[in-house]
Amino acid sequence: MTEPIKKKKKPLAPRVPMPNQPPAERVKNFEEVALGYTYELAVNEARRCLQCKKPLCVKGCPVEVPIPQFIAHLAEGNVGLAYETIKTTNSLPAICGRVCPQENQCEGACILNKKDQPIAIGRLERFAADQYVHIDACDLLTGRRDCVPVDPSKRVACIGSGPSSLTVAGYLSSRGVKVTVFEALHEVGGVLVYGIPEFRLPKDRIVAKEISALGLQEVEFVTNSVGGKTFSIQDLFDRGYQAVFIGVGAGLPKFLNIPGENQNGVYTSNEYLTRVNLGRAYDFPNYDTPVIRAKNVTVYGGGNVAMDAARTALRLGAESVRVVYRRTVADMPARREEIEHAEEEGVIMETLAAPLAFSGDDRFNLTSVKLQRMELGEPDASGRRSPVPVEGATYELDTDLAIIAVGTRANPLLISNEPELKLNDWGYVQVDEKTGETSIPNVFAGGDIVTGAATVILAMGAGRRASKCIAKRLGCEREGD
Amino acid sequence: MNADKTFTILDKEQLIPGQTSKLVVSAPQIALKAKPGNFVILRIAEKGERIPLTIADTDPEAGTITMVYLVMGKSTAMLDELDKGDEILDLCGPLGKPTHISTEAGTVVCVGGGTGVAAMHHIAKGHHRAGNKVVAVIGARSKDLLLFERELGQFCDKVLIATNDGSAGVQGFVTGVLQDYLENESDIGEVVAVGPVPMMAAVAETTRPFEVKTTVSLNSIMLDGIGMCGACRVTVAGDTRFACVDGPEFDGHEVDFTELSNRLAAFKTMEQAAHDHYCKCKCDD
Repeated sequence: MTEPIKKKKKPLAPRVPMPNQPPAERVKNFEEVALGYTYELAVNEARRCLQCKKPLCVKGCPVEVPIPQFIAHLAEGNVGLAYETIKTTNSLPAICGRVCPQENQCEGACILNKKDQPIAIGRLERFAADQYVHIDACDLLTGRRDCVPVDPSKRVACIGSGPSSLTVAGYLSSRGVKVTVFEALHEVGGVLVYGIPEFRLPKDRIVAKEISALGLQEVEFVTNSVGGKTFSIQDLFDRGYQAVFIGVGAGLPKFLNIPGENQNGVYTSNEYLTRVNLGRAYDFPNYDTPVIRAKNVTVYGGGNVAMDAARTALRLGAESVRVVYRRTVADMPARREEIEHAEEEGVIMETLAAPLAFSGDDRFNLTSVKLQRMELGEPDASGRRSPVPVEGATYELDTDLAIIAVGTRANPLLISNEPELKLNDWGYVQVDEKTGETSIPNVFAGGDIVTGAATVILAMGAGRRASKCIAKRLGCEREGD
Repeated sequence: MNADKTFTILDKEQLIPGQTSKLVVSAPQIALKAKPGNFVILRIAEKGERIPLTIADTDPEAGTITMVYLVMGKSTAMLDELDKGDEILDLCGPLGKPTHISTEAGTVVCVGGGTGVAAMHHIAKGHHRAGNKVVAVIGARSKDLLLFERELGQFCDKVLIATNDGSAGVQGFVTGVLQDYLENESDIGEVVAVGPVPMMAAVAETTRPFEVKTTVSLNSIMLDGIGMCGACRVTVAGDTRFACVDGPEFDGHEVDFTELSNRLAAFKTMEQAAHDHYCKCKCDD
């Protein structure tokens, strides 16, 4: 038998780069860093897609966006159809296109990633979403087919208004369920509003728009309402809700547990980012929430939150900002893009260093930090080389603002007031992995309160899983659900 | 489960003209759930900050809560401009752990200073309702600055008063009155203190030799009030605790009061700037 003649493959075009605000400009403002693809750039990038028969990218996506299909529409220049395709499974595409760790998910799974640069799926999703973010979800292409009439007898409550709850609200309301979302803070959006900075996720232009689209699907938002305090889970059932989704986030910040940590000038990343994002402290005193503006800032941790805090500090006028991390840049859990953006902007990566103690002046204000030089030792059980102290190698850095971004623990507010709710070994809510249902029947949970601090898209995936089960119970699933 | 959507001020009373006022606000959901020791977080304007205020009283049937505030900075100055019929933009609660009230506490001595008397009033009422004997000790610089004397008199077995100038009760501080009481009475189950940090610290030192359980309600800086930010952290028995979710009440003998007062000073210059900015803007109007 003769070998079939191999078709000569066309060399693949390089991945279309994202236009960004120049670093020197953007450190002076809170405007979005990534400017987004133009129509031409998006179509060019979409045409790189191989349209695999068995698309691995979809498997990498926690909310199962039909990726090849939406990209095919984009490649043909049909942005509307592309957006509609994304919207069939993702209620917050403009947000996901911006903050998902695509490199570990869809793009990480992309077949091209093996030998070449993967398709810029996140950027394409963002492009499609941005073209339609000003159009109300139900009016999309005039069909109004996504907005089925809401049946007031089918009622579901979500506690918390972050990405997992918003996903539940989007999914169920599009299937005719009356959803009410309860939020403890005065603004809806959870971590999207208090945690992720404006320069990565614009609040008014993007988050508020996606949320108002849910309002058009008759989702009701109730602010200033704390689960476990203002109301209990039983109160919700008593009021006629048939299912409850708990998406209250992880909450309680972790500390470094070193001397001097309670001095003024030592913030948790939650405090720092909440002051700036939710309280708009960058515009103090026009806004009333204050925040320390410091000269020499040190940030502890190597995740996205650490990058967000460091880049925020630069924008608030810091002269030097250092991210202190025990391992190397390559080991940092943050998205590559965020690390690169931070470095371009001038954030110094103070790697292989661990904090030992904070010192302050006689007025209890932070002045410096003592650091321990680290090196990478033998690989541990997980195969990661663990950092070990270099004996005698300590040094001191001036710092008048320290931001601790080393993660969170489970927030006790709701769970300590709901003794029926079974917790797992780490103190988070225990759920059935397939459905997201908790130990209380018809009470579901998802997002950081189940997994511990994770990503927006994982929270959305959990919301989607729970929604499917709730829809089935309420008898309102659609074909293909 | 619609939480309250509007928070209308039903009544306002100036307790100390130009300094301390009392508000009765419509908040049926909060009134229904609030217990002694709880607080709320409120916001007065779109650009306003979130400020914590202790609940001084509730009326679940009328659906109201009562709050007392001292005009200190911009936010409380703005709050003081609101009047009967006006609305508070955001009111979130009830927050914090409620006071631990045992029905067999014996005599509970409730010490209050400044606006802390308002929070103390709610706690004292809770103890009274649980059947405990309640003795109130309140202090102020002079007679005209005493708060809640009449209200406390309605259910407390005794109301002991200390004023700096001697215009009412004993001349001196609440700690002096407390010291006398501790020396002369034996059935004291618990001492509760709410007020300025130096007062609470002094009360804790007064009770320490008597080994009487002493509870203090801490007024640390708060932002979200729901355990997220850690701004309200206090050191209690050597551990970092959050006043908003672990407190606001702690064992007074275990609290690091020096750290607490240092932390309370964190935003002093910025608070002053905000207040000055506000006054200037008002003058420009």
